[in-house]
Amino acid sequence: MPKRTDIKSILVIGSGPIVIGQAAEFDYAGTQACLALKEEGYRVILVNSNPATIMTDTEIADAVYIEPITLEFVSRIIQKERPDAILPTLGGQTGLNMAVELAKAGVLDEYGVKVLGTKLSAIEQAEDRDLFRQLMNELNEPVPESEIIHTLEEAYTFVERIGYPVIVRPAYTLGGTGGGICTNEEELIETVTSGLKYSPVTQCLLEKSIAGYKEIEYEVMRDSNDNAIVVCNMENIDPVGVHTGDSIVVAPSQTLSDREYQMMRNTSLKIIRALGIEGGCNVQLALDPHSFQYYIIEVNPRVSRSSALASKATGYPIAKLAAKIAVGLTLDEMKNPVTGKTYACFEPALDYIVSKIPRWPFDKFESANRTLGTQMKATGEVMAIGRTLEESILKAVRSLESGVYHLQLDDAEEISDALIEKRIRKAGDERLFYIGEALRRGVAIETIHEWCEIDLFFLKKFSNIVEFEKEVAAHPFDAEVARKAKEMGFADPVIAALWGVKEKEVYDWRKENQLIPVYKMVDTCAAEFESATPYYYGTYEEENESIVTDRKKVVVLGSGPIRIGQGVEFDYATVHSVWAIKEAGYEAIIINNNPETVSTDFSISDKLYFEPLTIEDVMHIIDLEQPEGVVVQFGGQTAINLAEKLVQHGVKILGTTVEDLDRAENRDKFEQTLQSLGIPQPLGKTAFSVEAAVEIAKEIGYPVLVRPSYVLGGRAMEIVYKEAELLHYMKNAVKVNPEHPVLIDRYLTGKEIEVDAISDGTDVVIPGIMEHIERAGVHSGDSIAVYPPQQLTKEQKETIVDYTIKLAKGLNIVGLLNIQYVISKGEVFVLEVNPRSSRTVPFLSKITNIPMANLATKAILGHSLHSQGYETGLVEEESGVFVKVPVFSFAKLRRVDTTLGPEMKSTGEVMGKDTTVEKALYKGLVAAGIKIPTKGTVLLTVADKDKEEARALAKRFYNIGYKLLATHGTAQYLTEAGIPAETVAKIGAKGPDILDTIRSGEAQFVINTLTRGKQPARDGFRIRRETVENGIPCLTSLDTAEAILRVLESMIFSAESMPKAGTSKTSEAVLL
Amino acid sequence: MAGRKGASMKKQLILEDGTVFIGEGFGSDKEIIGEVVFTTGMTGYQEVLSDPSYCGQIVTFTYPLVGNYGINRDDFETIRPAVKALVVKEAADFPSNFRSEMSLDEYLKMKQIPAICGIDTRKLTRIIRRYGTLKGAIVSVEEKAEEVIHRLQAAVLPTDQVDQVSTKSAYPNPGRGYRVVLMDFGMKHGILRELNNRDCDIIVVPHDTTAEEILQLNPDGIMLSNGPGDPKDVPHAIETVSKLIGKVPIFGICLGHQLFALASGADTFKLKFGHRGSNHPVKDLATGKTALTSQNHSYAVDEETIANTELKITHVALNDGTIEGLAHKKYPAFTVQYHPEASPGPEDDNHLFDRFINMMKEHAGKELQHA
Repeated sequence: MPKRTDIKSILVIGSGPIVIGQAAEFDYAGTQACLALKEEGYRVILVNSNPATIMTDTEIADAVYIEPITLEFVSRIIQKERPDAILPTLGGQTGLNMAVELAKAGVLDEYGVKVLGTKLSAIEQAEDRDLFRQLMNELNEPVPESEIIHTLEEAYTFVERIGYPVIVRPAYTLGGTGGGICTNEEELIETVTSGLKYSPVTQCLLEKSIAGYKEIEYEVMRDSNDNAIVVCNMENIDPVGVHTGDSIVVAPSQTLSDREYQMMRNTSLKIIRALGIEGGCNVQLALDPHSFQYYIIEVNPRVSRSSALASKATGYPIAKLAAKIAVGLTLDEMKNPVTGKTYACFEPALDYIVSKIPRWPFDKFESANRTLGTQMKATGEVMAIGRTLEESILKAVRSLESGVYHLQLDDAEEISDALIEKRIRKAGDERLFYIGEALRRGVAIETIHEWCEIDLFFLKKFSNIVEFEKEVAAHPFDAEVARKAKEMGFADPVIAALWGVKEKEVYDWRKENQLIPVYKMVDTCAAEFESATPYYYGTYEEENESIVTDRKKVVVLGSGPIRIGQGVEFDYATVHSVWAIKEAGYEAIIINNNPETVSTDFSISDKLYFEPLTIEDVMHIIDLEQPEGVVVQFGGQTAINLAEKLVQHGVKILGTTVEDLDRAENRDKFEQTLQSLGIPQPLGKTAFSVEAAVEIAKEIGYPVLVRPSYVLGGRAMEIVYKEAELLHYMKNAVKVNPEHPVLIDRYLTGKEIEVDAISDGTDVVIPGIMEHIERAGVHSGDSIAVYPPQQLTKEQKETIVDYTIKLAKGLNIVGLLNIQYVISKGEVFVLEVNPRSSRTVPFLSKITNIPMANLATKAILGHSLHSQGYETGLVEEESGVFVKVPVFSFAKLRRVDTTLGPEMKSTGEVMGKDTTVEKALYKGLVAAGIKIPTKGTVLLTVADKDKEEARALAKRFYNIGYKLLATHGTAQYLTEAGIPAETVAKIGAKGPDILDTIRSGEAQFVINTLTRGKQPARDGFRIRRETVENGIPCLTSLDTAEAILRVLESMIFSAESMPKAGTSKTSEAVLL
Repeated sequence: MAGRKGASMKKQLILEDGTVFIGEGFGSDKEIIGEVVFTTGMTGYQEVLSDPSYCGQIVTFTYPLVGNYGINRDDFETIRPAVKALVVKEAADFPSNFRSEMSLDEYLKMKQIPAICGIDTRKLTRIIRRYGTLKGAIVSVEEKAEEVIHRLQAAVLPTDQVDQVSTKSAYPNPGRGYRVVLMDFGMKHGILRELNNRDCDIIVVPHDTTAEEILQLNPDGIMLSNGPGDPKDVPHAIETVSKLIGKVPIFGICLGHQLFALASGADTFKLKFGHRGSNHPVKDLATGKTALTSQNHSYAVDEETIANTELKITHVALNDGTIEGLAHKKYPAFTVQYHPEASPGPEDDNHLFDRFINMMKEHAGKELQHA
């Protein structure tokens, strides 16, 4: 059927900030969709609050709105743009919920906006547990016994009938927020209570637990002519019980016979037809391992994380085709973009095995509850492709960048058998590695199967790996054994360790002996048809299909899995770098392993190698392709960390050299550079031992900032106020030794400033300066950043520009650099220099319209900034105010302290822009999911040292009509200062205590600076957790509180009369 | 390959174009020559290896892991498999599925079918794609490749596959519904299964049964089964079918479809490397809808020869446009090139069996044509 001609313009809703359960996959899907719609000639209007996305580039849509995805703002956009239609199914749950809200509010009807793709009624039918169960009953498709409950009492009744264990699934939440498996009453109370809170409709599904069943997913598509296909099926290695986003997944399914495969295929197609979905859909099923009995677990009537994975696993671009289906095209008239010859109405045939392993944030959140259940906890994932399952899994393992290359645990010898059993029985992030260790200790696969119910097929594969270790160890430099080891995916460092040699020796020996991988194409059709897709994976086989061209080439290293501290921003820069390389006339080759991203869309680069980012995997590609050099600046710390080893292999790093990278990252060399440039930094030194650390801290004076050298996202960074804390840190947070020194710096309180700049070695272009709302000490990624700076003097700005230029030149930067400054007592100090792309590059690029990554890439390739039309210095400031507000996923991570500090905790960010700081902040905060009611109650519990500052804030809250609640000490302090505050009881007090007050939803904001620390037992910790788990903003920095206050004040003023310019003057004193 | 225990037995797979692959033998130790083809289905190896249409062929699985769920009691498409040999990347030695009764290796040994693993099957598939279906041999590593290649080039592959796999004598498969005479050219059990599900009273007859003998059984309908090889190798069957057209409703599948076309005056030709797999889209020209189908054929009906017949094209392959379905313009008779009985593969067009039943219902007891 031809495309619809009754519509001309289409509104696409993005998925907003990256949070756990909704990550880069929606940038990939949204970008594909927007481009597909443009390709068909429609005017595309996009709204997304997340600036760190390719989809919000102005080339992707005709009109881009970086505005909050809320009824208020999206309605306004509809009012202004009058789109003919809306496409809600490509922006994740956020997009879907927004569309439903718009429809319910009558906005779509009012402006005559048609819903494309799946009808909202079908969405509701799939999402509303009750309607869904009704439909399944009509279709005669089995769902686990379950009941919708709205109260805890109803939950009790259900459990009385069905018994434990039961699964709690809150309705309409992301990644299963608030859900979980309950095996006893205590867990039931906790989970149901929080589940009801998180569900926007106060509804949970209680379900008989079918934990232990095989979990199988089908990615299906359907068009308006009722053609329906399965793009891919996947099997979770972790049986039912672990959220699919937290499961290790393989594609295609491995343990299903054709009968089982077709049975569930039929069911999936039946469901997509019954729902009338036009586009993509994900069906999750549970299959009894001992019979043909199956259950439908869930249906997602939209593109999802799984569909991104399926797209990368098969090559079949689901989102692109889903968008085209939405405008009326049918599968049988669209070409399969991979082969270019066959049609899209077809089911991909794989001739390889794909493995996906999630990336969890537990390296940053040590105290977090690491068990896995129905609530997703991973921030990202990696994918690997191999011709054996062993190879596929091991490639995925080393793609994780967790310092692990094998089914191995650090310090395995210290782990007891009992602990191993425990960790295998209860799924956690490291279960795969505990299984490896169990196998190494001789535990039978049948026993392990009893513990965790993982299918014996997979356990046998893992045991093949472990078994073969002995073979490898017994045959050093034996070509046949080594070949088998490589076919099974053994990494060089693992073989090296088994042989007792250095990694490079293994690599060099292999090269001499021609034991190198070949590259095979991902072509959707198992080589049945000729394809020209430049999408490859490496494997140890005979025939290489990756033909090397005679063009000049540049390799770009991607940033691997999304994690806290290294988010979608780096993929954004990577993609722009690839585009710039192509523009400059080179063949752009990308290496990356993250299936969620735009950079791993094969249509972005000239060649995509879907491979782990380790030295051996990268070197093999470089050996084959012989590029001019490698660009490492855009792939975050992942790529930077490989730079030195690449140089040792004789590879040319393009842009800033490895020596200069080291000068920026090595503490002593950096200090020398600063001294020679005459730029001040906070006093600090490097400690190589615990004793030295104590000495240095004493010398510098507390408080001090401590951190290991070479860190990402402020990992293990802390501010310590006394020696005891320092000793605790040195003992628990880091392993200090001459190879891993610890940096100790004076902690300066003051305003933090962040700058990104581009240098070609001669000119240094500074697109903008950003000022942080939170004072130094809060990680820059967790701070609200404001552009242009509001409180800098002209001299300070000049100093910052001067230092930035000096640093860029002094460090011989060619490409991007990011600098963090602190202004303490009017003086500018340098905190750190990152000689690479940063988190703020997309934000600044969007504000200033300077394509920073593009410019930097061209500079790296030898095009001077001058020739590109730029001069040294700070670019003239844009009008308007732009804020970047961090977004956290605390609700999904139990037992993580929410206090902001030097260690980064946010998962994503949004942008707010408007004409004043207050308006921009309002948008930013709202977009970040913070409700800002103009009246209400604020609950304060602040540490003694913060009381004075908090008093001023309390006064202002009081002045605008907010009621104040406070714990005893704080309340007394406020009352004495003449500010009426009501006392709430401390934790554990008789009668309702502060936790009950929070739970009751009485307070709209909680300000808490109490007992910072990581111990869950502390009161401050419990207050903060209770707050986030109840969906209430918990402000742990008084600066954030002040920002919200400013917004509130401006809103309340505006309700009364015209606001006077400069009403925020009084607040300045409080800010610093 | 990884995990295969016991004495490793190096074998070579040699193609007539001179390519030599070294792998490891499993299954039977026999040395064989056959026609090398590939199938892209990711599941269903048990059905494939027991599908009589693969008679005489060396089947390559493009999916690298074969044997994962073992061999079970239920999923055979014939009792006596006719496939010549299997080529895989890796054969699972540790199957896991609740129905599994033995490993692929054990089964192949039992049925005397040789196989080779550790092969870069993607490379092999790409050779077949470029060269077309070609002859190949699985032999010991001791054999000189040169000699084997000469032997291969000179080898004439048998053309009596239908006779090899068809039943030798007729047998009933009773039911209470319509009487269907099923001409067995190498029938998959799946066809029987579907007719059984619809309670047909089935009589399976050998490929060389005459039209008279068939009509004497008083059928309500005739089913022309799938089968191996070139339809022109069974001229007697073409003649039989031509005599049956117009007498009773006919439904043909795969080879049955080709025989029906030849019997109606159309021609067939050999495809470069055939269609084999579970993901072949077929468009129904009447409804405009596309179904995913299971396919396994080397030959196809020539579109240009349809004009001079009383046939109309009902289905086409979406990808290469070849004919996938035909119907008689005058008489109740229709055929498809693909496998609506699936097993293995998608069951999207299972309703064709209902169409056949309806056709029989409509014409039951009616004289279609005066003999």
